[in-house]
Amino acid sequence: MSPIKKPKLAVWKFASCDGCQLSLLDCEDELLAIADAVHIANFPEASRAVAKGPYDISLVEGSITTPHDAERIHKIRRSSKFLITIGACATSGGIQALRNFKDVNDFISIVYANPEYIETLNKSTPIADHVFVDFELRGCPINKYQLVEVLNAYLNGRKPNIPQYSVCVECKRKGNVCVMVATGAPCLGPVTQAGCGAICPTYQRGCFGCFGPKETPNTSSLADWYKNLKLSEDDIMRYFRSFNAFAEPFRKESEAHE
Amino acid sequence: MNNRVIKVDYLARVEGEGQLLVKIKNDAVTDVKFSIIEPPRFFEAFLRGRHFTEAPDITARICGICPVAYQMSSCHAMESICGVKVDGALRELRRLLYCGEWIESHALHVFMLHAPDFLGYEDSIQMAKDHPDLVKNALKLKKIGNEIMILLGGREIHPINPKVGGFYKVPTKKQLQGLVEPLKWALDFAIESVKIMAGLEFPELERDYEFVSLRHPDEYPLCEGDIVSNKGIDIELSKFFDYFEEQHVPHSTSLHAVVKDRDDYLTGPMARYANNYDKLTPKAKKAAEDAGLPKVVLNPFKSIIVRAVEMVFACEEALRVVDEYKMPDKAYVEVKSKAGVGFGCSEAPRGICFHRYEIDDGGIIKDARILAPTSQNQKAIEKDLRQFVENHLDLSHEKMTWQCEQAIRNYDPCISCSCHFLNLQIERE
Repeated sequence: MSPIKKPKLAVWKFASCDGCQLSLLDCEDELLAIADAVHIANFPEASRAVAKGPYDISLVEGSITTPHDAERIHKIRRSSKFLITIGACATSGGIQALRNFKDVNDFISIVYANPEYIETLNKSTPIADHVFVDFELRGCPINKYQLVEVLNAYLNGRKPNIPQYSVCVECKRKGNVCVMVATGAPCLGPVTQAGCGAICPTYQRGCFGCFGPKETPNTSSLADWYKNLKLSEDDIMRYFRSFNAFAEPFRKESEAHE
Repeated sequence: MNNRVIKVDYLARVEGEGQLLVKIKNDAVTDVKFSIIEPPRFFEAFLRGRHFTEAPDITARICGICPVAYQMSSCHAMESICGVKVDGALRELRRLLYCGEWIESHALHVFMLHAPDFLGYEDSIQMAKDHPDLVKNALKLKKIGNEIMILLGGREIHPINPKVGGFYKVPTKKQLQGLVEPLKWALDFAIESVKIMAGLEFPELERDYEFVSLRHPDEYPLCEGDIVSNKGIDIELSKFFDYFEEQHVPHSTSLHAVVKDRDDYLTGPMARYANNYDKLTPKAKKAAEDAGLPKVVLNPFKSIIVRAVEMVFACEEALRVVDEYKMPDKAYVEVKSKAGVGFGCSEAPRGICFHRYEIDDGGIIKDARILAPTSQNQKAIEKDLRQFVENHLDLSHEKMTWQCEQAIRNYDPCISCSCHFLNLQIERE
């Protein structure tokens, strides 16, 4: 097959830690096969070669936090057949969305001596708040095998097989003893989407919600259970307010405990 | 007469968003700006009000490439505040986890991001067409680093297992022994890598650097030590801000760090190696000697060889920890919060990662300051570029641009980190 006919893949970065796009380079066993199947047309973290759009698949990492980025995402949408967001920043605003609960000007003056050099928006928002997104892949960071599955699905014109049930289901499958029941460790597993393989409970700690809310999460019931574990209102607020703080169900629950 | 502008709007093969601008007028470099255009994320601000036990999970998110650096620096800072010392097997496991991050990060940078510059490829995928075995072995080495991270950390990016006081769960001896065969292969390939990298052609550039790194009396530094430089600094962590300061410049969202009343400094592999050569493990020292590498390296392009030497060290050290490991009874030391101020500093693959926290009686973070390695190296990078361009004015525009990019990549810059930071422009008027 000539390289011209391969589908074109682009990787874009907004406000983020680079970890989710690193997941693509972390596919040590699959990377060369992926590079065989697609034309990596724009991936600055890995290559200085840049091919012009349009692109068949755009992977977008990071959240929108600056006026310039709010414009840039529209250009990327226009040049992409499928736009897939990867990771908690792109799907819910990420850890930097903690600013959304405070006055960002206070934040700027805490970190920078000359705030006038800094251009930023009041809120860190997910990509879907700005443009139509074809698929959202969750996780902080994403699971690389789920990434390969999503790429495979879009390249072959099928729906990605990414479950939306909770981390609890993964724990049951692995035969983990429930950390919340057995040790009293607060766990977000019941309201968090699966995908990580329930690693925290496997390592004897409570889930802290990297993959964001599952479908129909009952966060208030879980918060009541936390109260039974003698967690303070502040503790409960912080539990729901971390890497997916601005995802609607987690945002509302954290605000109920402020 | 040479008048030009060299511009790179979005620097590739670095982690994060950076730009370069070099202006040349009448054969003189009039301006060099290495800009970090990464959007600010305000970690130090939103850490205020969080519980001290959350710091390792939150600060890991500063960087997807070196999360362990942030976890280790924050854990040590919190433990120093609370008067807890993590020793014995738990300390050894922290070193092993860090070796995993060094192997993964160095292998990624040396082979996938930096080597293509020396061999004339736009990226490692193109390089793989002519050098398939090199790239395959590089990926295998990188994967072994990641396997250590997965076993000890739970996953390769943003590990979940480290905590203030130790770990949530520690591995059995048998689990660690599974790493021995892969690590033996990794050690051999790392030694071969030093030879391969030493055989590359290096552009000319040497500067009289101030090398800043950790130094520990008993070991090549990873998680702990005092801060030292080749120009006389030798201080405890708590004295850091007496000797170093951060400056906020308009063209960057990352703060520039300098030695007070002096100037720029360099942190990272070249600094660690120069300041701690005597502490290298035997095979790492031999690999450096066999490759003819001096005890102090002053050409930043040769940092790729030093990184390879450090890969040898990391494999050798990891094998030692696995061999001597005895599973501890408890996975962590109990840590009770206490009001106070504390410091933590560890050697991220790309340089020292310095943290200072203040917490209250209830364990709530009152103040946080974090210095990422790349923000500390920004000024050194600009100075390298200025000297490199001045000495190579005869280069074609294309070659000059590429080699300027390469000069920045010498630092394995992690821009996402430094902003809590890159884009290259060269203007010739």
